[in-house]
Amino acid sequence: MQQQPARHSRETRLDMYVDRYASRTRGMTASEIRALFAVASRPEVVSLAGGMPNISGLPLDTIGSMVHELVAEHGTEAMQYGSGQGVPMLREQICDVMALEGIEAHPDDVVVTVGSQQAVDLVTRIFCDPGDVVICEAPSYVGALGVFRAYECEVVHAEMDADGLVPAALRDALAAAAAAGQRVKFLYTIPNFHNPAGVSLSEPRRREVLEIAREHDLLVLEDNPYGLLGFDEEPRRALRADEAERVVYLGSFSKTFAPGMRVGWALAPHAVREKLVLAQESSTLCPPSFSQLMISSYLAGQDWMGQVKQFREMYRERRDAMLEALDDLMPDGTTWTVPAGGFYVWLTLPPGLDAKAMLPRAVTARVAYVPGTAFYADEFGSQCMRLSYCYPTPERIREGVRRLAAVVEQELDLRATFGVATKVQPRSYDTPNTDLT
Amino acid sequence: MTQSGRVVVLAGGLSHERDVSLRAGRRVAEALRSAGVEVEVRDVDSSLVPSLRADPPRCVFPLLYGESGEDGTLREVLDLLSIPYVGSPPSASRLAFDKPVAKALVAAAGIRTPESVTLPHDTFREVGATALIEVVVDRLGLPLVVKPTRGGSALGCSIVTELAEMPGAMVGCFAYGPFALLERFVDGTEVTVSVIDTGSGPQALPAVEIRPVDGRYDYSARYTAGSTEFVTPAKLEADVEAEVARVAVEAHRVLGLADLSRTDLIVDGDGAVWFLEVNVAPGMTETSLLPLSVEAADLDLGAVCRALVDAAAKP
Repeated sequence: MQQQPARHSRETRLDMYVDRYASRTRGMTASEIRALFAVASRPEVVSLAGGMPNISGLPLDTIGSMVHELVAEHGTEAMQYGSGQGVPMLREQICDVMALEGIEAHPDDVVVTVGSQQAVDLVTRIFCDPGDVVICEAPSYVGALGVFRAYECEVVHAEMDADGLVPAALRDALAAAAAAGQRVKFLYTIPNFHNPAGVSLSEPRRREVLEIAREHDLLVLEDNPYGLLGFDEEPRRALRADEAERVVYLGSFSKTFAPGMRVGWALAPHAVREKLVLAQESSTLCPPSFSQLMISSYLAGQDWMGQVKQFREMYRERRDAMLEALDDLMPDGTTWTVPAGGFYVWLTLPPGLDAKAMLPRAVTARVAYVPGTAFYADEFGSQCMRLSYCYPTPERIREGVRRLAAVVEQELDLRATFGVATKVQPRSYDTPNTDLT
Repeated sequence: MTQSGRVVVLAGGLSHERDVSLRAGRRVAEALRSAGVEVEVRDVDSSLVPSLRADPPRCVFPLLYGESGEDGTLREVLDLLSIPYVGSPPSASRLAFDKPVAKALVAAAGIRTPESVTLPHDTFREVGATALIEVVVDRLGLPLVVKPTRGGSALGCSIVTELAEMPGAMVGCFAYGPFALLERFVDGTEVTVSVIDTGSGPQALPAVEIRPVDGRYDYSARYTAGSTEFVTPAKLEADVEAEVARVAVEAHRVLGLADLSRTDLIVDGDGAVWFLEVNVAPGMTETSLLPLSVEAADLDLGAVCRALVDAAAKP
C-alpha cells in the first residue's frame, strides 16, 4: 500500500552511531540466552552456570590488616602508576609459583597483566592480523574465543577426548590450514582441568603436542588458571617446563587467591615479552599497583599454599557431589566428563537434544547452565552444556542436578513428540556465537 | 499506617524477561525522579510484602514482565495490601496476558484478528504431531506464526515459512510454556499503538511503525539499539491512522484495561487493521515502543509517568 505521510514522521534506529561501528562489532547484539542469565543470579535458581571461584574461605580479617598495612607503609607506591611490566618483587614470586609446575623462569620474562584474560588479549594483539588462524580445542574457553573474535581471527577447533587435545586432530587442523594457504599464528590450549571440558592433557600427549609444535614451527599459548587446583595429585608439569621458546605461558591469581584483584601474568620468550610490555603500556599503562603489592604481600606473609589446599578440598567435595548426583539422576544416554580438578563438568545430552533450546525450560525449573554452543566459534556444541560445581554448596548442587534431570526428561518427551534432531550447523566463522562472554 | 509519598517501581522478578524488566525499571525510575517523584526501585522477593506492609508507598509502578508480572498475580497481592498501582486490575490482566483469550474477546467486539488455533504439547503427543501439524498448516497456510500463549519479548516466537520448519518452531515455543498459539501470518506494515489514561479516558498515542533491519522483530531486534528502524508517527493514510488508534483504544476498553497498554497491529496491503496482541505492561526500556510514542506525542516521559502515578494514587 502506497502511503502518504499525514505529517512529518521521524525515522530513528535509536543509535546515532549505528553506521560508524567497526565491522568487528557485528554480532554484539542483545541475546535471549544472555538475558536468561539475569534470572540465574536470583537465589531461587541453582546456578550451575557461572565460573566464579568460591572465595568464602579467604581470611578476610587478615587480608584487611594487610590492606591497612600496605596503605600505611607503602601507600604512595601502591596508589601510584607503576612499571608496564609489573612490580619486580611480584614477578620474582610468580616465578616461584610457576616452579611448582616445573617451570624455570626469569622474572625479566614475566609480564604482569590485568587477569590472564588481558594476557590472552595482548598475545593476540601482537600476533594476529584479521583472518589469521588460531587453533583452539573443541570446545574452548568462551573468554578467549571472544578475544579472537575481536581481533577478527579465524578460529579452527581441534577435537578433544578424555585425555585432552587429540594430537591427530591438531595435525589435521595444521594440515588443513596449510592446504588452504592460511597461517596458523598459535595453538590456544588449556592443558589442566579444562574450561569448559573438565579434562586434562595426558602426559604422553603433552610430549606429542610439543613435538608437533617443533615440527610445525607452532607457537603454543598455554593458559593455565586451574593448574594448582588438582584434586588427587601434585601439580602437573607445564608444557612451558619442557619448551621455553615455543610456549607462552599464562597464569592467574584469580583461582588461587581472588579474582577481584585482577592479576595474572604471561611468561614469554624474550622478544615476545618486549612486545607484550609495549602492548601492555598502550593498553593500560601498567597493571594495577595496589593489587600487585597486595598479592606480593599475601604470597610473602601468608600460608597461600595452605589456602589453595583448602580450596582444593572444597572443590573436590563439590565435584564429588555433582558426579554422584549425575550418576543417580540423569536419564540414560546422558554422558559427562570426570574432572580431576578445576571447576567444570562437560555434559553431553542424549542424542537429539539441544541444550540452548532447552535453557528457557531449565530457567523455569530454576536451574541454569551454559549451553555448549558458547564454547565454539562455529555453533557446534548444541548437544552439550557446561556445569560448574565451584560455587553452590553440595546440597544445592544435588538439587540443581535433580531439577536439570527433570528438564532433560521433559525435553526428551517433547523431542519424541516432534521428532526434532539437534541441528548441526556447518563449521563456519560467519556466524560466531555471541552468547555469554 | 500512613502511606509515604514515595513510589515503588517493581522490576526484576523471576520470569524469562527479568533483564528487560530491570532495564525498564531503571528507565521509569529515572523518568519519575526527573519529574520530582521520590522513587524506590525494588525486586520481587520474600521481603517485598513485609516491606510494603510496614511502609506502604503512595503507589506502585509494576514493570514486571512475563508470568506473575503480567498475568495479574502480583496485582492481586497489591490489591490485598490496598496499595494503589499503575496499570490494569488483576482480572483484566489475566485476560489480556492470555493471547488466545484476548484475541477471542476483541474479535467478539468486531476487531479483525488473524485466524488461529491454540494447542498444548500434550495434544500433539496424543494425536500425533505430524498429522496435527499438517492439519494446522492446511487450515492456516504458510507462512504462519508460532508463539507461546503467554509471554512477551518475542521469546519462543517463530515465523514458519516451510512445513519442515514446524517441528523446530513448536519445540522452541514449548520451551517457554505448555500452550502454543498458531496464527495465520498477515503480511503488512507492523505498527504498535500505546494507550494511556491519566484520568480523562483512554487516549491513543501516535502509532509507531516497526522496520527491523534484518526483517524480523525478534528479541535481538527489540533490545539492540540500531537493529530496528522506528518511524514515529507511522507513515499511514489519515483514515488508517485513525483506525489503528480506534482499534487500540477499543481493545483497551473491551479487555477492561486501565492506565496504559500497548497494542501490536498489522496494517495489510489493503489498509485493513489486524489485532495481534496487547501488552498490559508495555516495555519501557531505551529501545521500547511506548516511550517512543510518548516522544512522538511531544510529551515528556517523566511527566507521563508522574501523571499515571497521580491518577492511580488518587483516592
